[in-house]
Amino acid sequence: MTSQIQLALKNALRTGTILFVFALIGTAMLAYTHGRTEPTITRGQLAEKRTLLGQVMPATLYDNDLLASQQSVPPDDLLGTRQASALWLARRGGQFSGVVLEAVAPDGYSGDISLLIGIDANGTVTGVRVTAHRETPGLGDYIDRAKSAWIDQFSGKSLTNPEPKHWKVAKDGGVFDARAGATITPRAVVKAVNSALDYFARHRAAFAAPPKKEPDA
Amino acid sequence: MMTMNEFRSLFHNGLIKQNTGLVQLLGLCPLLAISNNVINALSLGLATTLVMAASSGAVSGVRHFVPNEIRIPVFVLIIAVLVTVIDLSMNAFVHPLYLVLGIFIPLITTNCIVLARADAFAAKNRPLQSVVDAIAMGLGLTLVLLVLGAIRELAGKGTLFSGIDLVFGEAAKGWVLHVLPNYQGFLLAILPPGAFIALGLLIAANNWYKARTVQRARVTVPAAA
Repeated sequence: MTSQIQLALKNALRTGTILFVFALIGTAMLAYTHGRTEPTITRGQLAEKRTLLGQVMPATLYDNDLLASQQSVPPDDLLGTRQASALWLARRGGQFSGVVLEAVAPDGYSGDISLLIGIDANGTVTGVRVTAHRETPGLGDYIDRAKSAWIDQFSGKSLTNPEPKHWKVAKDGGVFDARAGATITPRAVVKAVNSALDYFARHRAAFAAPPKKEPDA
Repeated sequence: MMTMNEFRSLFHNGLIKQNTGLVQLLGLCPLLAISNNVINALSLGLATTLVMAASSGAVSGVRHFVPNEIRIPVFVLIIAVLVTVIDLSMNAFVHPLYLVLGIFIPLITTNCIVLARADAFAAKNRPLQSVVDAIAMGLGLTLVLLVLGAIRELAGKGTLFSGIDLVFGEAAKGWVLHVLPNYQGFLLAILPPGAFIALGLLIAANNWYKARTVQRARVTVPAAA
């Protein structure tokens, strides 16, 4: 009887050791790959972010390092955010010239639509991009710049242009067109851009204040 | 190391006789999710083939060191490590390709066909055979994905190769074929139910073809029946 238990124990120890060795080799391979690729991946992500920021904020509007101007702001209903989000302050010749906001349209057809919204110092939209969404492929996904130019119609708009009652999709009597059969998605985006402009109007003074020498919150 | 016959039978197995999409019905999750157009289908198919070839080769290489009782955890470990390594390396070194295939790579881990081939074939065969088998199985899957993608894209949007510019750059935008001009679109084909319906039709066609072949063989060679 004892020899049987001993045999079972021996066997368990043997397979356990083999499994352990495989886990060790696997972990080592992952650690090595991670170490080799991480700097390149981080650099790529920064470059991507810079490109994305450049798409919503024209290069002529600023001369500071936009990426380095990142600040964190607490969640706000007007931004649709439930967690702290980032914003980037554009300056030209030391003067406040615009801001890029991270916003969320929480009422898309299928979950949150994450947006990046560029607004210049006058409160005019310089560009909007969808950074993440789960809208229906082939139906609601035309809000993505990679799929269509729909999102470009926000450029040049502000809180007073068009007037507030026309800040809607065409179907609801507004100026923003939307494709038949997929109105929920653009409706959510229009609403989110509008309230982001509202957020900008309320916080403009703080954005325009000269840069403070304090660490990011 | 490998005879022509062996090679041919492995490919016949992977592409037709045991096709993962139509016969074994393995790995349907990514199959159904991604086959809404030709380009997505092709990308996922090729990425899966790459992962399968790598994991089958690795599993076959260590098969003598793995006791039977712990073979599944070890294979899962090997596949997970390989997929992560491929994911990270593609992200770092072939970034444009990663932007297109990136979302598919984690999806591949949900594909049980990778583990199925590791356990059913690679664990019992030499590395070369295992890699060839994995490539054949992967190409079989790619083939079904392509047909499914073409059917759904044609029925759903009236185009072929839409989104090709995401793979080959802005210049490729003109390569999109608008097969049916002024097509209104048929949403059902693009949504998940369309995948089930189209796959069902494909399986039915394949079964019908096989049944007919068997019947013909019976008529011409009675002794074989």
